[in-house]
Amino acid sequence: MFVCMSKKRIKMGIEVKLINGRTVAQGSNLENKLSEEYFNAAAICELNGSDMEKLGVAVGEHVKVKTNAGEVVVKAKKADGNPEGVAFMPMGPWANAVVSGNTHGAGMPQFKGMDAKIEKTGEAVLPVKELLQGYMK
Amino acid sequence: MEVTDVVCPLCGCVCDDVVVEVEDNKVTKVKGACAVGKSKLMGHGRITSPAIRENGILKDCSYDAAIKRTAEILAAARRPLMYGWSSTVCEASKVGIELAEEIGAVIDNTASVCHGPSVLAIQDVGLPSCTLGEVKNRADLVIYWGANPAAAHGNHMKRYSYISKGYFLPEGKKEKKLAVVDVRETKSAKLADVFIRIEPGKDYLVLSALRALLLGYEDVVPEEVGGVPKKDLLELVKMMEETKFGIIFFGMGVTHSRGRHNNIVNAIQVTRAAHKHTKFNIMPMRGHYNVNGFNQVCTWETGFPYSVDLSEGYAWYNPGETSSTDLLMRGECDAALFIATDPGAHFPGESIRHLSKIPVIQIDPYANPTTEFADVVIPAAISGIEAEGTVYRMDNIPLRLRKIVDTEYMTDEAIMKGILKETRLLTLSRRL
Repeated sequence: MFVCMSKKRIKMGIEVKLINGRTVAQGSNLENKLSEEYFNAAAICELNGSDMEKLGVAVGEHVKVKTNAGEVVVKAKKADGNPEGVAFMPMGPWANAVVSGNTHGAGMPQFKGMDAKIEKTGEAVLPVKELLQGYMK
Repeated sequence: MEVTDVVCPLCGCVCDDVVVEVEDNKVTKVKGACAVGKSKLMGHGRITSPAIRENGILKDCSYDAAIKRTAEILAAARRPLMYGWSSTVCEASKVGIELAEEIGAVIDNTASVCHGPSVLAIQDVGLPSCTLGEVKNRADLVIYWGANPAAAHGNHMKRYSYISKGYFLPEGKKEKKLAVVDVRETKSAKLADVFIRIEPGKDYLVLSALRALLLGYEDVVPEEVGGVPKKDLLELVKMMEETKFGIIFFGMGVTHSRGRHNNIVNAIQVTRAAHKHTKFNIMPMRGHYNVNGFNQVCTWETGFPYSVDLSEGYAWYNPGETSSTDLLMRGECDAALFIATDPGAHFPGESIRHLSKIPVIQIDPYANPTTEFADVVIPAAISGIEAEGTVYRMDNIPLRLRKIVDTEYMTDEAIMKGILKETRLLTLSRRL
């Protein structure tokens, strides 16, 4: 657990190892990425139930995922298959918003096992087009 | 009309027993494919017309105009990148490599963000492997390591591994054992006889322990390795020793994690260590249906499988330097052609920034995040549904994708030939 003091309120967050991977819903909309189905399938972060309790988030509420490479807001989803301290995001533009481009000379970014911080947020989840526009600035 | 033996153009399983019903030139029913494959075969919204971006807006144009604009961009570029090639057929890749040579491009495929480390490891230490047919008929121990076929390769267990009935294993899974090694309890893990949960990034350690145990050095293995109790490792080793024919299928849980290709070198050495006791094999769970095919074509054309830099007039291969993510992070390329892929969705966000500064060409059947910043968009026929061609399954078996409906869209191969012809006209006049 880490505690981030801000002037207005105290934000509670957790530190996790973040991994990206495929899911059936993400794969079924692989060729349909501008759709609502893909948004629902990929703009999520799966967490263990006790991690969700620590964060005080319910299923469908928003969390902010932060790494050294960036931050992104997605919906929380419960997945007790994840051990505590391991968060999973389906591969796609939301997950990649926080992946570092540093390949450590291997050509391959580290999509799995990233150090990340997760906190509850009231901010909106960006649709794919707006998310991409963020890189165009 | 019912079409049998349709070859599924989705994942590296390349299932060739799908049955599709076609009415009025449209696919109306799919039988035998997994949920993900079925979704693709049933179809999604398409890019309707070639288009060129003018003042920030994509404007429809003819195929000829889009191909000419593409040729102008590529001929003028000093450091072009040509990336993708995994959801298309080998025939298109072949023309692509010829074009890359013509313009001195770096040509790379999605292995770069998928099984590139596996390719590096195989080049390092080889691959004691087999075909999926052999797995189906002989394997009585299947290990998935860092792979979740229940999500990513829907029919893999049913057609080729744990659940399939084989010639020497007519009772199917009753005669087989399944072990899953992963950092989380996936759907695949729930089916396993043995599930070994390791800590993220500890694959190398756990593989090293298994290697020591298989070679008879139990004394050097501590009581816990990478979050796994030694007794669980001993149980897995016993299963490996007692099998008649074992196979490790490894996925991106290994290639994407800390250690990258070193993890896979170690996994291959575990397979070799198991040879002290029995027949054992190892195979990467290749993702897209023809990600392997590009590696094959690129190897026979240039000598190297991916991330090949042709700018000096000879092939230079050095992933980490010539791989797409590194090129983009260094802001090095001044034009990019993406075919049958979607870097907008699947590249690290910070590497995409550079793409907004350079001309980008997209060739794909479907609009996707890459379309958002593409300057030229060329819609293509869907290989395996609207176009035929050769692809390579994850076990290096070539299969022929079938055309099941007619289309007015140009095929990837025809588009690439058009671009090559137009580009040559420009580069030739430059030379004269």
